[in-house]
Amino acid sequence: MSAILSLQGVSVRFGGLMALSEVDLAVAPGEVVGLIGPNGAGKTTLVNAVTGVYRPAAGQVLFDGRRIDGMKTYQIARLGIARTYQIVQPFPEMTAVANVMASAVFGPHALGMGDARHKAQEALEFVGLGAQADVPASELTLAGRKRLELAKGLAMDPKVLLLDEVNAGLNPAEIDFALDLIRQIAARGVTIIIIEHLMKVVMNLCTRIVVLHHGAKIAEGTPAEISRDARVIEAYLGNRYARTQHAEGGGG
Amino acid sequence: MKRWLPVVLGIAVIAALPVLGDNYLLRLGTMFAMYAVLALSWNIIGGFAGYPSFASAAFFGLGAYSGAILQGAGLPMPLAWAAACLATALFAALLGMAILHLKGHYFAIASLVVGEVLLEVATSWTDLTGGGMGLNLPIIRISVDAQARLFFWSMLTLAVLTLVLAWRVFESRLGFGLQCIRQNEDAAAMVGVNTTLYKVIAFTLSALFVGGAGAMYASWVFYIEPPDVFHVLLAVKPIVMALLGGVGTVLGPVLGAGVFLVTEELVWRNFLDIHAGVLGLIIVVLIFFLPRGILGLVRRRRGVGPGPGARQVYALRREVS
Repeated sequence: MSAILSLQGVSVRFGGLMALSEVDLAVAPGEVVGLIGPNGAGKTTLVNAVTGVYRPAAGQVLFDGRRIDGMKTYQIARLGIARTYQIVQPFPEMTAVANVMASAVFGPHALGMGDARHKAQEALEFVGLGAQADVPASELTLAGRKRLELAKGLAMDPKVLLLDEVNAGLNPAEIDFALDLIRQIAARGVTIIIIEHLMKVVMNLCTRIVVLHHGAKIAEGTPAEISRDARVIEAYLGNRYARTQHAEGGGG
Repeated sequence: MKRWLPVVLGIAVIAALPVLGDNYLLRLGTMFAMYAVLALSWNIIGGFAGYPSFASAAFFGLGAYSGAILQGAGLPMPLAWAAACLATALFAALLGMAILHLKGHYFAIASLVVGEVLLEVATSWTDLTGGGMGLNLPIIRISVDAQARLFFWSMLTLAVLTLVLAWRVFESRLGFGLQCIRQNEDAAAMVGVNTTLYKVIAFTLSALFVGGAGAMYASWVFYIEPPDVFHVLLAVKPIVMALLGGVGTVLGPVLGAGVFLVTEELVWRNFLDIHAGVLGLIIVVLIFFLPRGILGLVRRRRGVGPGPGARQVYALRREVS
């Protein structure tokens, strides 16, 4: 199957710093791809390059076979790429339902206010915020605001959903709930790219994992392959640990 | 519809002001309508979209000069007014494309400077504007009383048009998008709001009737000069009025314009020497204690929830149900 989203040699530069260097990535429709890497590896930068927040210094981003690098953020959103933010970005004075309505009104389907409200209520019910529809976004708990981000993404009926650490700061029960939601979203056929630090989530959820380090892709494969990859272990745990692991592995 | 009954009644009462036959009152009424136009217009870009514009003086002066020059060239007065509206709106659209990518203080300063630049242009371009000597407008050959009534009703009509515009914007998709931009512009773009376009439209609409008010003012006073119609207070007063009444609400700026005018007039009468200082002090105190304006206070007392953001949603909900 041809890729729904692909990056070809994408580089993003901030002054002298290469935040992303020549990253290649192809995501097939319906995949759940995990994007991992230490802090500062360029994960969020990759999301920003896809969503048009940053313009790549080199390379191409293709969505459904169409070049989208250089498009404006709102144009990319209307094509059907939604994202959630690592640091939640609600419209604070609006109620939860109005927040989600914005996605439905201005997103790909450009619904009227009435339809948008139904759509928004549905999305809120789905993420478990149905009862808080009329609460201002600023008054929701952190877990609530994370779910609101998810609902906002969903109300756009995206083809691709980019989840940037939707689970950071949540407790184990909340994480399990979020995991279940993401699984259900994937089951609807939405392609998901998920940035995550929690290995439990990544290993459970993803069909494929991509590892970034210092802006470059250093590994790609199934969860099992990645957990054995020497370069990944080195990037995460330091090379001394990797060497002892390797020695032990060789000895035993 | 029931909600608008008091507003319609209010407009009817104000429109009947000439019955009292007092030209001082009519002058105040005309000023009130003019202030309402400025405050309502500013509220579209400053209140709905959250972009603190100081360009009102530029729009007002541009409208005044456009109207005056066109009337001088023989265009009938109403046509000159309409042309001034369009010229100012066009100017705002172009200006908006240039400066609306700036945010916060940077945008405020850029918009403030525009008025100063136009002031210099109007002062230097003697052939067209008469320069520092100012510009005289054709005298209208009707009685002084008839003139007072004519300009009062004209300005009031313009204020009603501006109110309708503000209300239409507030209840529309555009208004919803502007709310999103005000509260979180990055997130707005991410849900698909064409932020640049929306901001330029809001800026253009916020200039349209201010240009008309400038042109009407010019016809009303028969003589304009650059420091008069490009005065920086014309940029500041609309902001104060909108803040006083309730920024981001539909009716707040009208209320603010009324309260401001009355305060200004009382202070000017009673403290002739230090009126500017006293007025400044009152404004500081009012804004300090009424951060959401008079409408914000009233709504909190009634428990209708927190401010304009919530109002938007009530409006949406009404539309749905």
